[in-house]
Amino acid sequence: MNLVLALCIGILFTAGIVCLLQRCMMRLVVGLILLGQAANLIVFTGAGLTSGEPALVAEGAKVPPPGAADALPQAMVLTAIVIGFGLTVFALTLLNRARETSGHDDLDAFSETDRI
Amino acid sequence: MKGSFILEGAARLLLPWLVALSLVTFYRGHHLPGGGFIGGLLAASGFALIALGAGEGAARRALRVDPVGLMTCGLTVALVAALAGLFRGGGLLAGLWLPVWSLPLIGDVHLGTPMLFDFGVYLTVAGFALQVIFSLLEDAA
Amino acid sequence: MLLWPVLLLAAAGLISPYVARSRIPVWLLAAAPAGVFAWLLSSYLRLGVGETTAESLGWFDPLGASLDFVLDGFGGLLALLISGVGTLIVIYASGYLAGHRDLGRLLLLLFFFMASMLGLVLADNVILLFVFWELTSITSYLLVGFNHEDKAARAKALQALLVTGAGGLAMLAGFILLGTTAESWRLSEIVQAGDLVRSSPVYGALTACIIIGAAAKSAQVPLHFWLPNAMAAPTPVSAFLHSATMVKAGVFLLAKLSPALDGTLLWHGSLSVLGSATLITGAVLGIVQTDLKRILAYTTLSVLGILTLLIGIGTELAIKSMVVFLLGHALYKAALFMVAGTVDHETGTRDVRRLGGLRRAMPVTAVAALLAAFSKAGFPPFFGFVGKEYVYKTGTALDQAGTAFIVVAVVGNMFLLALALKAGLHPFWSKTPLDAPGRTVHEAPWSLWGPPLALALCGLAFGLAAGLVGEALVGKAVAAIRLEPMTSSLSLWHGLSLPLVLSVVTMAGGLLIYANRRLIWPHRGRIEAVPGPSSVYETMVGNLAEVAKRKTRILQSGALTRYVAIVIAAATFLLGWKFLRFGGWPDLTIGPDIEILPAVLCVLAAGAALGATIATSRLGVLVALGIVGIAIALLFLHYSAPDLAITQILVEALTVMLLMLVVYKLPPVRREPRPGVAAAKWALAAGFGGGMTLIVLQALELQVAPSISEQLATWSYPAAHGRNVVNVILVDFRALDTFGEMIVLTIAALGVLSLLARRKRKREDAGS
Repeated sequence: MNLVLALCIGILFTAGIVCLLQRCMMRLVVGLILLGQAANLIVFTGAGLTSGEPALVAEGAKVPPPGAADALPQAMVLTAIVIGFGLTVFALTLLNRARETSGHDDLDAFSETDRI
Repeated sequence: MKGSFILEGAARLLLPWLVALSLVTFYRGHHLPGGGFIGGLLAASGFALIALGAGEGAARRALRVDPVGLMTCGLTVALVAALAGLFRGGGLLAGLWLPVWSLPLIGDVHLGTPMLFDFGVYLTVAGFALQVIFSLLEDAA
Repeated sequence: MLLWPVLLLAAAGLISPYVARSRIPVWLLAAAPAGVFAWLLSSYLRLGVGETTAESLGWFDPLGASLDFVLDGFGGLLALLISGVGTLIVIYASGYLAGHRDLGRLLLLLFFFMASMLGLVLADNVILLFVFWELTSITSYLLVGFNHEDKAARAKALQALLVTGAGGLAMLAGFILLGTTAESWRLSEIVQAGDLVRSSPVYGALTACIIIGAAAKSAQVPLHFWLPNAMAAPTPVSAFLHSATMVKAGVFLLAKLSPALDGTLLWHGSLSVLGSATLITGAVLGIVQTDLKRILAYTTLSVLGILTLLIGIGTELAIKSMVVFLLGHALYKAALFMVAGTVDHETGTRDVRRLGGLRRAMPVTAVAALLAAFSKAGFPPFFGFVGKEYVYKTGTALDQAGTAFIVVAVVGNMFLLALALKAGLHPFWSKTPLDAPGRTVHEAPWSLWGPPLALALCGLAFGLAAGLVGEALVGKAVAAIRLEPMTSSLSLWHGLSLPLVLSVVTMAGGLLIYANRRLIWPHRGRIEAVPGPSSVYETMVGNLAEVAKRKTRILQSGALTRYVAIVIAAATFLLGWKFLRFGGWPDLTIGPDIEILPAVLCVLAAGAALGATIATSRLGVLVALGIVGIAIALLFLHYSAPDLAITQILVEALTVMLLMLVVYKLPPVRREPRPGVAAAKWALAAGFGGGMTLIVLQALELQVAPSISEQLATWSYPAAHGRNVVNVILVDFRALDTFGEMIVLTIAALGVLSLLARRKRKREDAGS
């Protein structure tokens, strides 16, 4: 199963990089989002996969049941998702402003972005 | 963006429920899936629906406070929760807990600074999401 | 307690800009170094011969990094010089730049330099020493470039920084080699490990590195050229940094490390050659100068040459002469610099051809100059005479190469004597008519003649009380350097012996050169036109700038996709190299553990991602992105991460909503028109993606360190009263990270707000 996930991560990275290499702004944002997803999946997969056993302590127990999922990468990914959202929004705003200032959306033709 | 009458009506109807749901999700987050991040995002989506349906101005009025104020509040609450542990000698962010109260219907209530901190997260995340949505909507108008 | 003087001086620096702006007399700031001096003096006098006071302040124990300080005979002597001369310099500077709008800045930097220099001589840890070493370079850069509106001053400051900074890098390499070889980072332990260091295979490399670093700092040939150029600094700075303190740092370090490094041909040979070359270069270039400060700078070079030469010889007499010479030089040279500054201050010129007969207008300054010049010239009974006698004594006691040493020393001292008289005597006592247009010259205020007079009187007193000085200062310093007590005391008078004869010869020769000084002046241009190391420096710096310009033009083209391509290509190369060079190919067979539902979700996510890359309609891209997000959310849900799944769904909804708001304003999605370029982009991306797949698979097979997750899960309920371990980690165990994240979100929101607010303002401006 790890192989399937690893392949999925690889394809997400490929798609994300292809998007980043386009000169069009919309694709850049899409690329950033895809790269974020791929990175989150790496961290998540890195701790090993557990089905159907969340890291919750049952009523009356002191510790999570044996074999429960690893909570640490989950906590990291959770914050990463929210930070990724912040990054996307900021990139979106910045690119939009760059486009308005320069009048085009060609990423290879920004020589005077200081005016923003 | 022109508002949609149906969306606006549905959003106004849903808003109180979504906010209530977000608070419940936040509260139970210490023991079950949920917490400040999820609660904050849920609360934000309630107001985002209003903003989409009736415009950013209506959503701001429904929210009553400025989203940046919400974020400031959230950071302050989290800081207070963090410093409480320091002043009680346990070090920064050390958890302090009140005794358990047993209440009818709700069950055992156990309050402590980590929950207060989580509430700070709730406010900050909600404020952040709303701030960017409002800004972009305003810009698009 | 040794850290406190350093901090006190830095604190005095911090308040000095405010003092300079207030009505408090600025010279009162000298109380800080004076206090440090008094404290150091009492500690120093209580120190027995060969004793040290050490202290250590651990500030990062896991790495074994600590702030080690030590007060020993030699470091303490330099610390006394730094704080003592520093006190006088602060008083002098307050008079020299009285009313100047940047006096506060000068004092701030001067105090910072003083603190760094004090730290340097008191440090007992080579890394700590290096930090202070570099701090002196940086503060010196800012001080030389004090007149920062003058382009030439900036260039000279940069030159000083680059030369000493490059030397500093060599020094760091040498220190690291030395520390690992001697198996200690403490100087006091390193000097005991001399045999270990000398028998090491890296001995040659580390010694060379340390000599280069010290030579750059102490302006040894061929790295000497920055020192005369550093005279662009205001005179108080030259008097302090470039005579009494900073340039001595290299010599100090060489002397301090000599027990660990000496005894080899490399050490003695290279130091003797370097020292002799510097001595003669300084003398020859100095004699043609006519600017008072440049004359003094070149004599400083000569003296630094003698000091290096003496360390290179390394006998007990040589080290003793080195300490005496160093002490004497600090006293008279700082005084002469201050006198030169006073003359400049009152007449507006430092050119000796335009100065003469000033003794009538400036009698007290003239006395100070006379006393300092006589000490420098080596006339009895001044302390300079003692230093010169001991240098000659060293030479006569040598078994080998004694004659060569004596010739070099005598010639060097003749020039030093002539230059001393030229700088200290000529402006005041010669018959050259004074050429100071529009000035009525009169005596300077007390703050300008007091400090040099005090130093010059010290030079006289030390000479008269040579025995006492030898016991209280020189003996302890020599014992600290050589790690064994001095066998004979210090005295002014040695009877009629060969050194005295040499002194008489020196005097006669020096006076002869001085008498003919006017014949030499016209040849300055011709001698300075000889290409030296400074032209090599100019070429190197020029080429470096040219290479940097070309490199920038190639790499920083302004095309964003090219930047991305370069970064990704480099990362792909490293990934590929790792697998091809080191192997570690993961197992690429699909195991029996395959599950249908997550496999379908993976295929869905991957397919949708590719779809989002290819789709040309804006709506199509958004739908594809949504599918990716939801598929990943379901994967989280399947693999026991409900919190992640919910967060992901909510974020996904908000992202798509925001994209919708912005997207309809963006131009339609374009495709790369050239198929070849598009294929290349896909190939690069696929290479990177494939590498990531492999590295993820390999990472899954590795477990480098035991995981802390188990522990966190065990503590979650009993210690943190939470049943949801993920949430407990977020708000309790790792709450500081979460707090940082909240701040990041706030900053992002404010960034968005300001980006849009600025546009709103522009729009309003356009509307009104």
